[in-house]
Amino acid sequence: MDEELERDERVFLLGEEVAQYDGAYKISRGLWKKYGDKRIIDTPITEMGFAGIAVGAAMAGLRPICEFMTFNFSMQAIDQVINSAAKTYYMSAGFQSVPIVFRGPNGASAGVAAQHSQCFAAWYGHCPGLKVVSPWSAEDAKGLLKSAIRDDNPVVFLENELMYGVAFDMSEESQSKDFLIPFGKAKIERPGNHITVVSHSRMVTLCLDAAAVLAKEGIECEVINMRTIRPLDTETIETSIMKTNHLITVEGGWPQFGVGAEVLARIMEGPAFNFLDAPAVRVTGVDIPMPYAKILEDNSIPQIKDIIFSIKKTLNV
Amino acid sequence: MGSDSHFRLSADLPPLTSKRRHAPAFHTGAQTVSEGSRVVVSARSFADFTPQASFDIKRCDLHRLDEGPSVQTVLTREDGLRYYRTMQTMRRMELKADQLYKQKIIRGFCHLYDGQEACAVGIEAGINPMDHVITAYRAHGYTYTRGVPVKEIMAELTGRRGGVAKGKGGSMHMYAKNFYGGNGIVGAQVPLGAGVALACQYQGKNEVCVTLYGDGAANQGQIFESFNMAALWKLPCIFICENNKYGMGTSVERASASTDYYKRGDYIPGLRVDGMDVLGVREATRFAADFCRSGKGPILMELQTYRYHGHSMSDPGVSYRTREEIQEVRSKNDPISMLKDRMISSNMARVEEIKDIDAEIRKEIEEAAQFATSDPEPPLEDLCNHIFYNDAPLEVRGTNPWTKLKSMS
Repeated sequence: MDEELERDERVFLLGEEVAQYDGAYKISRGLWKKYGDKRIIDTPITEMGFAGIAVGAAMAGLRPICEFMTFNFSMQAIDQVINSAAKTYYMSAGFQSVPIVFRGPNGASAGVAAQHSQCFAAWYGHCPGLKVVSPWSAEDAKGLLKSAIRDDNPVVFLENELMYGVAFDMSEESQSKDFLIPFGKAKIERPGNHITVVSHSRMVTLCLDAAAVLAKEGIECEVINMRTIRPLDTETIETSIMKTNHLITVEGGWPQFGVGAEVLARIMEGPAFNFLDAPAVRVTGVDIPMPYAKILEDNSIPQIKDIIFSIKKTLNV
Repeated sequence: MGSDSHFRLSADLPPLTSKRRHAPAFHTGAQTVSEGSRVVVSARSFADFTPQASFDIKRCDLHRLDEGPSVQTVLTREDGLRYYRTMQTMRRMELKADQLYKQKIIRGFCHLYDGQEACAVGIEAGINPMDHVITAYRAHGYTYTRGVPVKEIMAELTGRRGGVAKGKGGSMHMYAKNFYGGNGIVGAQVPLGAGVALACQYQGKNEVCVTLYGDGAANQGQIFESFNMAALWKLPCIFICENNKYGMGTSVERASASTDYYKRGDYIPGLRVDGMDVLGVREATRFAADFCRSGKGPILMELQTYRYHGHSMSDPGVSYRTREEIQEVRSKNDPISMLKDRMISSNMARVEEIKDIDAEIRKEIEEAAQFATSDPEPPLEDLCNHIFYNDAPLEVRGTNPWTKLKSMS
C-alpha cells in the first residue's frame, strides 16, 4: 500500500483505526505518519456510510482503498459494494467507472466466534462487476494488492488474519515496486501427478502440509492456489485434472453454494469431466455457525487429516 | 456572450447558470462581459420588455444559521425565459413518459417529476456546471438539467440504443458529466454524494456536491452516517431533502417522528425552502454553495415540493391523498405557472411569446418521443459489454455451458 500511495496521489486509505492506531491488525502501520490525514483517514464505525463515501470518491476521480476491519462488517455495507460499485459501469453503459479496492481479513480466525468468522468468498464471487481476490502467500498479497489498487474496477480483496503473521520467502522479482500479479491466474504451488487439490487463502497451507504427509506414502498431490475467486481460472484446474484424473477442492467457507461448488460445477460442464476417474469432492468448513470453544472451533474447519482423508477416499486408497 | 455553455437544450441559448449576484473573484471578468451583452440584446430585439425585475421570495426557516438567503432576488428576462423553458420541457417530457408508459412502450419503473421542476432548475441555477449532483430514482429532471438531451433520456426510458445509457440502465440509471445518477436504492446515493464531496475537497478544486434525497429516504441510517462524516471532515456537500410529503404511499407524518427535515442534520446548519418557487430555490442554493465553498462544511436544505403523479407509474397516487389536494397545488402553487405569471406581470414576457415557447417545446418532445419509439433496441452483441473498464475482452458464461459470450470494456 505504501508503494501505491507513493506512486499515485489519488490513492488513499480509509477505514476504522487505519490511521492513528496503525491499523487494527497493523497492516497500515506507519502510513498515517508518512502520509497524514488527507490520505489515511480514520472513519467512525459506520460501514455503510464510509463504504458509500469511498465509492462516491472513486466515481469522482480518486482511487480509494476501503478497509473493512473484517469482512463480517462488510455486510452492513454490502449494498454499496454490489449496487453502487459493482453494477455501475454496466448500468451506465461504460460511462461511470469505479476504481475502488475493498480489503480486509476474511474467514475464520481464532476464538472470535460466529459473528466474526464468516467467509465471504462465495458471496462476493457470485456477483458480476466485481473482481474477487484471495491471496495466500506474501508474494500473493503484494502482487495481487498492487494489481487491485491499479485496477480501474471494484476489487474485493480477501485477506486472512491468521496469515498476517506468517513469513514467506520472497523472490527477487517480487521485491520490485512494480511487482504485479495478474488476476484470473491460479498458481501451482506444488506439482504432482495423482490428484489435483484446489484451494485458496489459508487452506493452501494445510493442503501443502497434507501433500507433504501423503508424499511419504507415494501419493503426489498437485496443489493449486486459486489466487483469484472471480474471474476463476478454470483452465489451470482443467489442465491439471487432465493429468491427474482426480480433483478435490479445499476451502474454509461453508459448503452450500460455495467456492468448491462452483469449481466442481465448472469441471462437470467442461472438457476435464471426461478425465475424472472419480467424482470430484469438496472439503469445506462444517455447515454451522462458528463455535467458540477451541475443540469445537478446531473441528469446524478442515484439518490436515480431513484433507488427507478426502484425498485417499477420492483415490480409493 | 456568456461563459461555458454546458446546457445542451439549444445550441444558441446562453448558459443556464446566472452568475451575476454572487461573484467569486474568478468570475468577475466574464460576468461583466455577459452582463453588458445581455442588456444590449434585450434592448435591441425587444425594446419594450423589462430586462430584469426584482422579486420577493419567502424567508427560509433556519436551523443553526444566523442569516439565510436574501428575501429578494433579481431575475433577468433572459434567465426567466430559460428557467421557464427548462421547466416546461421537463414537464412535457414527464407527461410524454406517462403516455408512453400507458402504451407499454416504457416498462418497469418510471418515477415522474412533474410538479417538482422548480427544484431541479433552481438548483442548477444556483451552482456551476463543474459542480456535482447526485440524486435518487426520480431523476429524469436532473438528467436534463445536467445536460442530457431529451431524446437521449426518452430513448433510455424506452430501452433503445440511442439512450444515454445505451438502453442498459433505464429510468433510474442515467449518468452524465458531474452527474452520478439516477440511483435505485433508497438513501444509498447520500453516502455516494458525500464521497464525491470528499473528492472535491481532496482535489482542491472549490467544487461542491449537491446530494439529493427524499422525505422517504430521510430516515435512512446511512444518511446520518453521511451527515456525521461530512460534518467531521467539513466536506463541501449540500444535502438536499426534496420533501414532496409522501414516501411512496406513506405521508411524512406517518413515517417520521420529526418532519422538520431541515433540522434533522442536527449539528449541520439547515434551511427550509419553498421548493415550488424556482427563484427561492436558486437563492437558497447559491447561499448553500457559498457556505460550502467557504470551507464551513456541509449544509442541509429542505425543499418543500409536490409531485402530481403517484410515486411511480404503478401508483395512481390517490389512495393516500385526495384529488382535491393535488388540484389545489396545481392551481395555486404550480412552479411553472408561478414563474410565468411573474414574467408576464412584470412585463418581462408576453403571453404570445410564452405560447410560442410552449409550441416549440411540444414539438421538441414529439420529436424526442418519435426517436425514442423508433430507435432500435441495443444489439445483442452489447449484452455482456461494460462489465469492467479498461480491461481485456472477457468471456462471460451464457445461460448454458455451451454459450460463451464476449464482454468488451
